[in-house]
Amino acid sequence: MRHLSRRAALALGAGSAAIALVGWSKSASATPQAAAADIAKFTGGAKPETGKISIELPEIAENGNTVPLSISVDAPMTSADYVSDVLVVAEGNPNPGVATFHFTPLSGKAEASTRIRLATTQNIVVVAKTSGGKYFTASKLVKVTIGGCGG
Amino acid sequence: MITRREMLQVSAATAALVAGSGGLSRAFAQQTLTQDDLTRFDALGNVTLLHVTDIHGQLMPVHFREPSVNLGVGEAKGLPPHVTGADFLKRFGIPAKSAAAYAMTDQDFTALAASYGKIGGLDRLATVVRQVRAERDGKVLLLDGGDTWQGSLGANSSRGQDMVDCMALLKPDAMTGHWEFTYGEARMQELIKSLDFPFLALNIRDTEWNEPVFDAVRMVEKGGVKIAVLGQAFPYTPVANPRWMMPKWSFGIREDEVRAQVDKARKGGAQLVVLLSHNGFDVDRKLAARVDGIDVILTGHTHDALPEAVTVGKTLLIASGSHGKFVSRLDLDVQGGAVKGYRYKLIPLFADVIKPDPAMAAAIAKARAPYAKELSRVVGHTESLLYRRGNFNGTFDDLICAALLKERDAEIALSPGFRWGTSVLPGAPITVEDIHNATAITYPQVYRIAMTGERLKEVLEDVADNLFNPDPYYQQGGDMVRCGGLGYSIDVSKPIGQRISGMTHLKSGKAIEPQREYAVAGWASVNEGTQGPNIWDVVERHIAAEKTVRVTPNSSVKISGI
Repeated sequence: MRHLSRRAALALGAGSAAIALVGWSKSASATPQAAAADIAKFTGGAKPETGKISIELPEIAENGNTVPLSISVDAPMTSADYVSDVLVVAEGNPNPGVATFHFTPLSGKAEASTRIRLATTQNIVVVAKTSGGKYFTASKLVKVTIGGCGG
Repeated sequence: MITRREMLQVSAATAALVAGSGGLSRAFAQQTLTQDDLTRFDALGNVTLLHVTDIHGQLMPVHFREPSVNLGVGEAKGLPPHVTGADFLKRFGIPAKSAAAYAMTDQDFTALAASYGKIGGLDRLATVVRQVRAERDGKVLLLDGGDTWQGSLGANSSRGQDMVDCMALLKPDAMTGHWEFTYGEARMQELIKSLDFPFLALNIRDTEWNEPVFDAVRMVEKGGVKIAVLGQAFPYTPVANPRWMMPKWSFGIREDEVRAQVDKARKGGAQLVVLLSHNGFDVDRKLAARVDGIDVILTGHTHDALPEAVTVGKTLLIASGSHGKFVSRLDLDVQGGAVKGYRYKLIPLFADVIKPDPAMAAAIAKARAPYAKELSRVVGHTESLLYRRGNFNGTFDDLICAALLKERDAEIALSPGFRWGTSVLPGAPITVEDIHNATAITYPQVYRIAMTGERLKEVLEDVADNLFNPDPYYQQGGDMVRCGGLGYSIDVSKPIGQRISGMTHLKSGKAIEPQREYAVAGWASVNEGTQGPNIWDVVERHIAAEKTVRVTPNSSVKISGI
């Protein structure tokens, strides 16, 4: 429980966002198609535009079991125009769904930080939903390596 | 800007002297090349940067053969530093068999080593640094790119102290690092606390709160110019080296942080922004193209020695070699917050030519005294040139692999593709110092484990991708893992999982079977708690038993996709 509450604390500290973590128990096989299905469900089938989102992830993970992830979405965060939900999926994980962050105008910024577990080298895809019903996306490749032999 | 001819001052200075087919006599070479030739420089502008990097624990002059194979992939294909041997000489207009050819390439290495002798030594470096500081009073910054405190018996035994003590005499203005971290967090902090200059690493955060651990920048004024020196440690230290040695520190390229620090420095009035980097050359070339506002990147990690600055947009990239062989001098004319002109020279520190600085020579002697007897102890002799540097194999690694196979009764040996390690000339004795120069790490245990053929392929593919991923941000900058008892083919142009084929167990001549287990011996495991004898003892036992070693040319790796 300590780990979960710490993650929530980090997310809160980074932008007063509520966080819903997805469980690891589902044993689906890893496919980009499964990730695409999760995204389609999130967007209701709408095709997200690229941009607005910056993802902070290492190019090569130091430890695949706990990879630091920070997301920020460029948005005014006023009651007229704000980011309401941000979906994170890991294309190569047994269960691609990682987390969904929920924001309100009171969040001030659409920013969140957490740590994620990556089974293998894969793309992390982030999709943001605005209060106006628009969707934005960005992705980053993270390499998970055996390590050693450098230098 | 200046002409190509002017930039090539080093070849001009050292080209006058060209050895014949049999090489020059040592005495003749010494008389012909002078300290004035090596250090002659037509001063320019208001700032001088002196750069050293990747000294790897070498207080004394060394033989170090530059690589014959150093392949570039993706956008770096065919570009310096991925030019070697005769192509290198042609590209930079350096005559074959000249002193510059000897310093910067593998060509005629053995013959030219006999003529020109060893290169490097902190006492020779001290002489040049003092001379440049006297000439350019108040305009000089001396910057150390790191991998300074590791790589020799003395450095390992004193846990970096010998290097820290001697480097202190040079009074550097800043440093960054990589192998330094393998002494562990506590020792790092202890050594850094003793420095009279900052250890810079803008790309290290603590794993708990993601807060900076080290200073990002040093702001300093030289020649009336406000200079920001940013430091970037090796981004993949906890991946390429044991993470358990630095468990609370997280690294990474952190391009956004570099950009933010450059902007902050400019806003803070910096007229010149210098990145003291241990990223590796290709990573820095990409970074320079993506981050605006860096005037100079002093590159490191990949051990490249280039006689010219490489330009990317308005950014100058400098590659100053390794093992203390060179010091780079970059004169800059900075006006109104921009570099209006520059002049560059990679100065090879020919040990027979440059007069040692007496104070540094005394400090080196003192630092080596506790180990002097052990360092000079002769273990055996070699009939072959022993060297390491090169993408796929080196004769010193072949020797290490032979030792692993025999001493640990293994079918296959794996030896890390480190880029450091000095060379031993044919006919020379192999000393304890030579062995440690190739093996001195803080996790030296030799493991012996069973690995399936499938796992072995995974390891080779993984390391190959660290070297040949077309995106430099996904590279780690080491060379390919060296294999004993195992042959393979590699297509460097393919993606991960498809580069390695034709894996063969050399002794039986049979193809490696994916499901069969093989007895594998290796060293430098990044896993905590690895058990086994120290690699230097294993290598010593082997050489002592052989008495005289001979390493035949290695043809067990077939390369394609170049």
